[in-house]
Amino acid sequence: MTWTALLPTITAAFLASLVEVVEAFTIVLAVGVTRGWRPALTGSGIALALLVLIVLSFGPLLALIPIRALQFVVGTLLILFGLRWLRKAILRSAGWIALHDEAAEFAKETNALKAQAAERRADFLAGTAAFKAVLLEGVEVVFIVIAVGTAHGQTFWAGMGALAAVLLVLLVGIAVHKPLVQVPENTLKFVVGLMLSSFGVFWTGEGLGAEWPGADLALIWIFALFAMFSLGAARYFAKPQMGVAR
Amino acid sequence: MTWLKLVWDELLGMFVDDGALALQAAVLIAIVAVCVKGLGLNPLLGGIVLLLGCVVVLGLSLGRKTRKG
Repeated sequence: MTWTALLPTITAAFLASLVEVVEAFTIVLAVGVTRGWRPALTGSGIALALLVLIVLSFGPLLALIPIRALQFVVGTLLILFGLRWLRKAILRSAGWIALHDEAAEFAKETNALKAQAAERRADFLAGTAAFKAVLLEGVEVVFIVIAVGTAHGQTFWAGMGALAAVLLVLLVGIAVHKPLVQVPENTLKFVVGLMLSSFGVFWTGEGLGAEWPGADLALIWIFALFAMFSLGAARYFAKPQMGVAR
Repeated sequence: MTWLKLVWDELLGMFVDDGALALQAAVLIAIVAVCVKGLGLNPLLGGIVLLLGCVVVLGLSLGRKTRKG
């Protein structure tokens, strides 16, 4: 297995997971700071255990699917997933959707938890918030790892990319003890949307029997085409500013 | 069961945001698959059509959103 094949897989899994883990971390941190670390870690731990159960239950089933069919199905799902992500990223960049703000998310979650502080079940509700955040973001990470890794037997390396993202966020998060607002999430989402869409077209094409020129290197020109279009679209569809003629 | 529904909703939400975009992309993939597997279209040409088609449906989706405001 060459680095030209592994690098896009590991990078896509790492960057996509980084975005998801940062979002989950913000909620878990809000729970930890507001209600204490017991509900935060309990909720997160149960969600992680459930994610492991999901992977162990469904992972082996993938090995039973013929490779071409698997590439086609995974590619199709990646196209739907990637285009949705890319659309949002372009609209954010063009000013039609508000940029994602971890500090605002943290404040919103903290306020919600404080509003529940008087309730008898406050710790349970806080733990549930952490559970929900980790489970929902985790499901996306699991899908990304399976989607970018399975079609070429690189699930282990995609998993390593995701694990690196988790460890990085935990290390930095524990060190700064604040929401990770410095992470350029919106730019990352743009790049991840491009990568996932590119993988989607690549796998679906392979699933149909296409032999892309340059094999795995074809991902680069597919990515370049999506990137050129997306950057142009972000500019073309830019929301006009008040009082500024387009 | 509430959690199962939550996970299901999240799974669906992962792929469908603009319903028309998801539908058009799915139809595009289906048409290309039928042309390649059923009508003998060159698979590489099918892949290129798929790539360009994805760009087009994405552009259409962006146009719809920005027109609606």
